[in-house]
Amino acid sequence: MIPFEYQRVDQPEAAVNAVANSQNTKFLAGGTNLIDLMKNNVERPTRLVDITHLPLGRIEDLPDGGVRLGALARNSDTANHPLVRQKYPLLAQALLAGASPQLRNMATNGGNLLQRTRCYYFMEPGFAQCNKRAPGSGCGALEGINRIHAILGASKECIATHPSDMCVALAALDASVRLRGPKGERSMAMTDFHRLPGKTPEVDTNLHPDELILSIDLPASPYAAHSHYLKIRDRASYAFALVSVAAALEMDGQQVRSARIALGGVAHKPWRAQEAEKTLVGKPLSADVIETAAKQTVVGAKGYQYNNFKIEMAIQGVVRALKMAGGMV
Amino acid sequence: MNLTSKTNTQNNRGEHCDGQPEARGETALASQDDFASRPSKSREDITRREFVVTAGVIGGGLALGLPHLASSVGGGSGLAIAEESAPAHVMNVQLRINGNMQSLSLDSRVTLLDALREHLKLTGSKKGCDHGQCGACTVLVNGRRINSCLSLAVAHQGDEVVTVEGLARGEDLHPVQTAFIEHDGLQCGYCTPGQICSAVAMLDEAKNGAASFVTADLAKIGPAKLDDDEIRERMSGNICRCGAYPGILAAVRSVYKDGEKAEMRSGS
Repeated sequence: MIPFEYQRVDQPEAAVNAVANSQNTKFLAGGTNLIDLMKNNVERPTRLVDITHLPLGRIEDLPDGGVRLGALARNSDTANHPLVRQKYPLLAQALLAGASPQLRNMATNGGNLLQRTRCYYFMEPGFAQCNKRAPGSGCGALEGINRIHAILGASKECIATHPSDMCVALAALDASVRLRGPKGERSMAMTDFHRLPGKTPEVDTNLHPDELILSIDLPASPYAAHSHYLKIRDRASYAFALVSVAAALEMDGQQVRSARIALGGVAHKPWRAQEAEKTLVGKPLSADVIETAAKQTVVGAKGYQYNNFKIEMAIQGVVRALKMAGGMV
Repeated sequence: MNLTSKTNTQNNRGEHCDGQPEARGETALASQDDFASRPSKSREDITRREFVVTAGVIGGGLALGLPHLASSVGGGSGLAIAEESAPAHVMNVQLRINGNMQSLSLDSRVTLLDALREHLKLTGSKKGCDHGQCGACTVLVNGRRINSCLSLAVAHQGDEVVTVEGLARGEDLHPVQTAFIEHDGLQCGYCTPGQICSAVAMLDEAKNGAASFVTADLAKIGPAKLDDDEIRERMSGNICRCGAYPGILAAVRSVYKDGEKAEMRSGS
């Protein structure tokens, strides 16, 4: 870890000013990912601005029936807030599927969005190749050990996945992210927040370097009664997803009025499967229609030497999650 | 390395098991400066821990090469030695540890875990993986369990920290500590301080209504009922390499059941 200056700020404006015009400054929130990467010399800030004391820790109702999640509310508090548990059980489940209780007590909602990939080649500078860590150096995973890597939306430059569970549920629930920069506030759909790697895998998100996440806003949801977060991993708890599925259904009797499906562990961003959602709408929920929809989620999927299994796993994961959401199992 | 194992064989079983991982942690941790500035002591004055640390540093240095020793704070792969020797940012921080206010002057890079172990000599909290993957470093900050290895000490200015050393009241062990002894919730003991701190916080969380990934009905708000699956899931942030999980489960279950009985007696 290289030496760094540490500074605590208590207002969003001061936080934004502290990173403006400063190349090597980073915000510090829960630190569960940043400090880890600093120990590995992957992240090398020379200044940390501690934002944990900003007044952005609240979880509150919005006038339109939605809920605002403060960027600095901890993942554990968010998962356990009655508003989240009762209006968005899918999100509570996804949060509780992630990490460990200790880490969830530290990790913030904003920080969860900004988690970096768990690709081995990114995490360890001993590997010469990683376009995300050292642009232009190549991708070690492409021909290497790529069991945990992407099957959708990857590029020759990068096949890393985004590791979050929370973000998969947020993508399914049409959340938006409220940001503050030097020129004021703006809002971005959750599905636009993370990027596909393309030729610039070193850029994870569409957040500007001088912007601060203020909150994650959830619209009113018709999905509380029928949703399920499925996480498939190497051990029953405290492991990253090989494949995860957030499935939510709005039912009108036996018929599907609307559906939301997003996958984790398969791409550089939470993977919303809108074609599959459309397939379900207006039809009675049956094993056949679920299978058709599930196959649509992996259209264009490409496996690599060690992760080919993920394509079938994603299909079966979507089938299972939809059946759970619809009360069929 | 031979020195380390020789030390271990001379000790009893508990110390032997404790010694191995401790030596490993210190190897990655102790800086050249720490090592050089340690006052020389006569043989009798050297504690077991210091001996293991010293042996570990020498053995580790030989095995891994000197660049490893030069990468002083926070481990790292030793790839950035020149930058790591750039001036450190030293800050003053006040922490309330186990009820006592402590004032420390620390490099901003020092984790809460290293502040506890290396600066305050509270070596109960253990360094297992140092990357938030094992839970051996679990402590309570403002009543909540966290991984102290992934938390900067300077970020805890004004916080209330409780380590395993702060759980007992004098000679009276905390009920979770007693239960770990009664139910054999350990073998080597290295993960135990983290397991115990984690269990103490977990029982509080459940009382306060926290849910887990295996909780069936998230919409139902109120104290959580803990069956074995719930306890396993809620303790999954603490890894036990010996596999003492059945004992750990039994210990936590017994404290939970005692709490339930006490509540029934008080009529709530």
